[in-house]
Amino acid sequence: MTDKKKVPRQPMPEQAPEQRRRNFEEVPLGYTADTALLEASRCIQCKNPACVAGCPVGIDIPGFIRPLRDGDFAGAISKLKEKTALPAVCGRVCPQETQCEERCVLAKTGEAVAIGRLERFAADWGRTQGESQLPQLPPKTGKRVGVVGSGPAGLTVAGDLILLGHDVTVYEAFHKAGGVLVYGIPEFRLPKAIVQNEVDYLARLGVKFEVNAVIGRTETVDELLERHDALFLAVGAGLPSFLNVPGENLIGIYSANEYLTRSNLMKAYLFPQYDTPIVRGKNVVVLGAGNVAMDAARTAMRLGADTVRIVYRRSREEMPARAEEIHHGEEEGIELHLLTAPVRFMGDEKGRVKTIECLRMELGEPDDSGRRRPVPVKDSNFIIDTDMVVIAVGANANPLITSTTPGLKTNKWGYIIADPETGKTLKPRVWAGGDIVTGAATVILAMGAGRLAADSIHKFLQTGW
Amino acid sequence: MFEILERSEMAQGTVVMNVIRAPKIAAKARPGQFVILRANETGERIPLTMADTDSAQGTITIIYQVVGKSTALFKTLQVGQFFLDVLGPLGQPTHIEKQEGLIICIGGGTGTAVVHPITKGFKNAGNRVVAIIGARTKDLLIMEDKMTAASSQLKVCTDDGSYGHHGFVSDILKEFIDSGQKISTVVAAGPVPMMKAIANMTRPHGIQTLVSLNSIMIDGTGMCGGCRVSVGGKNQFTCVDGPEFDGHQVDFDGLMQRLAAYKEQEAQSMNEASHTCKLGQDR
Repeated sequence: MTDKKKVPRQPMPEQAPEQRRRNFEEVPLGYTADTALLEASRCIQCKNPACVAGCPVGIDIPGFIRPLRDGDFAGAISKLKEKTALPAVCGRVCPQETQCEERCVLAKTGEAVAIGRLERFAADWGRTQGESQLPQLPPKTGKRVGVVGSGPAGLTVAGDLILLGHDVTVYEAFHKAGGVLVYGIPEFRLPKAIVQNEVDYLARLGVKFEVNAVIGRTETVDELLERHDALFLAVGAGLPSFLNVPGENLIGIYSANEYLTRSNLMKAYLFPQYDTPIVRGKNVVVLGAGNVAMDAARTAMRLGADTVRIVYRRSREEMPARAEEIHHGEEEGIELHLLTAPVRFMGDEKGRVKTIECLRMELGEPDDSGRRRPVPVKDSNFIIDTDMVVIAVGANANPLITSTTPGLKTNKWGYIIADPETGKTLKPRVWAGGDIVTGAATVILAMGAGRLAADSIHKFLQTGW
Repeated sequence: MFEILERSEMAQGTVVMNVIRAPKIAAKARPGQFVILRANETGERIPLTMADTDSAQGTITIIYQVVGKSTALFKTLQVGQFFLDVLGPLGQPTHIEKQEGLIICIGGGTGTAVVHPITKGFKNAGNRVVAIIGARTKDLLIMEDKMTAASSQLKVCTDDGSYGHHGFVSDILKEFIDSGQKISTVVAAGPVPMMKAIANMTRPHGIQTLVSLNSIMIDGTGMCGGCRVSVGGKNQFTCVDGPEFDGHQVDFDGLMQRLAAYKEQEAQSMNEASHTCKLGQDR
């Protein structure tokens, strides 16, 4: 027996920064089987595991690590699939450091078990080497559920309810299912083949996918209710925020949504092999400092930029991006320009962006968010040269559904009002979850909301409340 | 997959008409709305205002000018072949009601396809509708017969005088304004300079003027903001707030600049395509 405390947390090999900053291949390379066995051996199999409580979808973490430790990889992946339809996704994009791993008992005295990396290993093994056996499905209930939006919340609901014997149809506005996993998160962080694989798995379980279906336009929620017993709305926070400063419509200034959608969904990074074009900036500025901003910055670097600057009005401490993303970005040469705020954009005679006038900021008293409010330093204006800008300062609620659905109540920001415990909206037979309820958040929180809603929908379908 | 049921070429092969089977869209579509189409897996998403719809047959009609690689690719699609994706109906429909005065619908080039259902809609609502359509030269003029049927009166003009009035659509609009008849609404679709000229002409007379914009866009649902255009000093999204806006408020110069955003890439795309296949060889 190895003394568990003596095995250190196993690092995951990754592409070297100087190499990966110019390609779109995945950055971390994943554990080998040997490393995974070693890392799994570190889990002390707590009787009352704190990690599980830290997981928004309640994955039985010791329960999947145990078979993995014993070399039963198939057992590990089937344990995972009991609670998540998207293990390969979660293993990559979940902020484990603030969820399961933060609560790991080993973290108190040393380093947490690398739960995310193990989940990723098990999922990748299942995808590439596992038996493609489907779980036993219960008899059909005859109940029909419609899921609007095929992002993480929608896919979770679809996965949960199909396993309970309900008939599930997912409606997606884009031509490809996956939502933000496909249009938002870049290939180097989440390969699209993996998302497709998870979608295909759901399709094999019997979930029907209808793409090119803009609910609110092609059909309304009320029309869907005519042929479904229950509906789950998970359309995301689909309206980009702009800064409303002069010059924002100059060419070369993108919302993060547009920039990432061009590159990821439309594969503009492969232009002209793919037809959708994208500006390849040499001196790129990304405004904002969340995970989306980091994704945009690292994409710009891969599209051949000489410099990529994150311009953020607060300080490093307030940056909303995951520490790992910031670290990866800095390794790749992304520069952080903190306590800096844009005032206006200026362009050339063709309307292409050339410079940004900025102001230096300093931190004042805490604001509503509890973070110290950035205050402009008087007469500190200066100019940054640029030829491409990405605005990544958040998103708002898309009104396409809420404005066409009588009885669906929204809050003052336009997000759908839903019971946080069940996802039930104020409209009968309609549930909602994910960013369209909470505002922009994470993949796993959306999945957590999906899990709660699926439970509630199932209860309703069985009992009629 | 969306099957092409009918296809024809107009304006010496520079403009193509497709009737496409899309029953869900046809059932919902109203004048002024658009669809987004994608020909194949590597293709762009291209927004086009519907030129006609037939809910009984479950079809929509698109009419597009061949201007770049994507439309050249569309042009290769024959009857019995398919668009991979058609999404819609998108955008706000035209606000159509019986109005007191004359309605004038103006189409320049393929803009005529855009104003066709709007013209028809206003006429069906009991309005007297004058349609003015124009092209550079007679051979490039489209939809004359359809516009005759859709309107109460049709005026045709060509830049070179080869057919109809010798001059611009705006010349004929001016005649109507000068005649002193009450004009309730002018609707215009076509090249940006044409829409700008028309808006400038109607502004001093306070005539409500709607222009239908064809901004560059990706998703068509308000998600990317690429189609943003300044209207009355405020940014609006063509895809969800439009495609029609108050012509007196639109920043046409800004729109024109944004439409040219990918000029170089479009040329590169076209160039590479014509080296590797027959796309665009007739250009």
